[in-house]
Amino acid sequence: MRLMKTLAAVAAIAVAGALPSGPARADSDTGPADYAKALNGKRVVMVPLAMGFDLAQGWAAVLKREVTAFGGTFETRDPNWSTEAGAQALTEAISSSPKPDVLVVMPPDLNSYTKIMKKAQEAGIYVLLLDNPANFKADAYLGSDWTNLGALEAGAAVKACGDGTSKKIGLVQGDEVNATSLYQYEGIMKVLDAHPDLKVVAKPDSNWDPTTSRTVTATMLQQNPDMCAIIDFWDGDATGAAAAIRDAGLTGKVALITTGGGEKTADCDMIENGTYTSVVMTELAHEAGDMVAMIKYLLQSGIKPGTATAHIYTLEQATSKDNLRPDSCWDLKAMQAMAP
Amino acid sequence: MNGAPGRFLRNLNQERIVLWITVAIFVAAALGLPGFLTSGNLIAIVRSVSVLGILALGMSVVIIGRGIDLSMVAVMAMSVAWYLQLLDSGVADGAALPLALAGVLAVGVVNGFLVAYAELPAIFVTLASGSFVFGYVRSQLIPQDAVSVPSDHWIIALGKLRPVGVPADVYIFAALALAAFVFLRFTKWGRYVYYAGDNPVAARNAGMPVRPMLVLRYVISALTAFAAGLLTAASLQSINTRVVNSTLLYDIVLVAVIGGIGLSGGKGGVRNVLIGAALIGIMLNAMTILDIPQLYQNLIKSTILLVAIIVDGLLNPRDEQTAQQGDI
Repeated sequence: MRLMKTLAAVAAIAVAGALPSGPARADSDTGPADYAKALNGKRVVMVPLAMGFDLAQGWAAVLKREVTAFGGTFETRDPNWSTEAGAQALTEAISSSPKPDVLVVMPPDLNSYTKIMKKAQEAGIYVLLLDNPANFKADAYLGSDWTNLGALEAGAAVKACGDGTSKKIGLVQGDEVNATSLYQYEGIMKVLDAHPDLKVVAKPDSNWDPTTSRTVTATMLQQNPDMCAIIDFWDGDATGAAAAIRDAGLTGKVALITTGGGEKTADCDMIENGTYTSVVMTELAHEAGDMVAMIKYLLQSGIKPGTATAHIYTLEQATSKDNLRPDSCWDLKAMQAMAP
Repeated sequence: MNGAPGRFLRNLNQERIVLWITVAIFVAAALGLPGFLTSGNLIAIVRSVSVLGILALGMSVVIIGRGIDLSMVAVMAMSVAWYLQLLDSGVADGAALPLALAGVLAVGVVNGFLVAYAELPAIFVTLASGSFVFGYVRSQLIPQDAVSVPSDHWIIALGKLRPVGVPADVYIFAALALAAFVFLRFTKWGRYVYYAGDNPVAARNAGMPVRPMLVLRYVISALTAFAAGLLTAASLQSINTRVVNSTLLYDIVLVAVIGGIGLSGGKGGVRNVLIGAALIGIMLNAMTILDIPQLYQNLIKSTILLVAIIVDGLLNPRDEQTAQQGDI
């Protein structure tokens, strides 16, 4: 009873303290003013691997809309898949005046940009890592958990290679330096270790090039026409693996699993017409939304760049004909039409 | 060096060395790799180097005439990407194809004109024009790296064409190889290519139209690049302009040079291209079957190239007589 009384008293005091003493005033919410003060005029620069592919264009469209809306400026640099050009773009951005407040960087490998990105943080610029991991303490990493992504691909392969199949799998890897390729492989092998009956017959690299992907897949299929699944590490070159399967007359017999940005023509249309069996896709809207949230948060936080870090992984799932919905993919053309 | 072994060694030039290496790898792979010596795999080998071979044919015509065309890969990818983009945006095929073709011809003519009449070094002219073609088309004419072929287009049908089970690429490679052979061997202007490549000044003094011929060679290489691009798009049902950043350009030069076409001009022919293409095709196929990681593949590829060049250099040393002005 005594406890109840005490609690009631505490509650009463708390309520009294929380309630405004006079009638509520309209200007009591200082949020918008603080928000505008922290964000207005801020400069956000994105340096992806290139501007010429679906994810980069999707991210840029969302960021441009959001950054413009809060009164900042948004710019992109297009290194066009060149590590040197990207490094130069970053260096130039850091020394430009006014210097950017946030750099959104997609690094080509684990190490190339590490020093430059550290310099950026020392200069007071927040650095967000975009979809490609690097050995660097970014203010946040946003994108795929590539080990998990590989595991999801392997899961789709396990499904395709049920009883009565050869249980032979082929991998078409990307290259030997890019983190997305290395971690994807790791994730796949983790799952396959738990399924010792499945065997990887070959694991060539495509260098992300569709023609190379076609050639190596053709050779794999020539050697093992009874393969049940091929995992190609990116939809940007999996069109080559698809061509090889088509040429061998094995469409529908050999499952082709890949990963991509979830753009309609690149992924969903290809699942629908049977070119890809399963695609582990990025939910672009969520991923870009996370980016926007991180940018808004960091610019208001007062945190010194380089002191805190976080991994904001995008939820991913393997999409196949079974779970394909009309809204599984996003449409690049529609998104660009929406941009201001 | 006397007797048969001596003669064998004396006759060993780069072309023969590469031929022997190719035969050796082929025999080793046929004996050691299960499934290598099947008709399916052999077709796959030829197919895998068809586009590369076609590009190397065009390049060879230029190199024999003592030039080089570094814009080929850009022309190949960007012309077809633009063509497909025109189709995608609703332009009729009857207008899109001539437009793309006109673009390709224009690049060839400009390359040739700058080299022949402005007398600029081919290596810089074509390097610059390749960058320009890529940059202009990529930034002004197409929105993305990859452009796909419309689903009911004849290019798709071309990609599905398989007379006697052999992909169309192989036939087109064979036909173009024959055409290049006939041109270089039996036509007047084809023979002139060698004279002009061997000694341009003497060729001109002898009354050959050296400059118009030079323009023609760059037009030929641009057109072969367009054909190679169409075949790539036919097979992949799309074209990805990222190929411009790849090592394809070096592979083209490699195929031509490793087969024995000297960069100093005036030497070699279609046979050399075929030998070079065969070596690359067989090597890549065997290494893929063996599942050798790519870093090692590059190492092996470059080692074989170096061995061929070094052995050739030892057996056929350059001296004042064989060396020419303009050696690269």
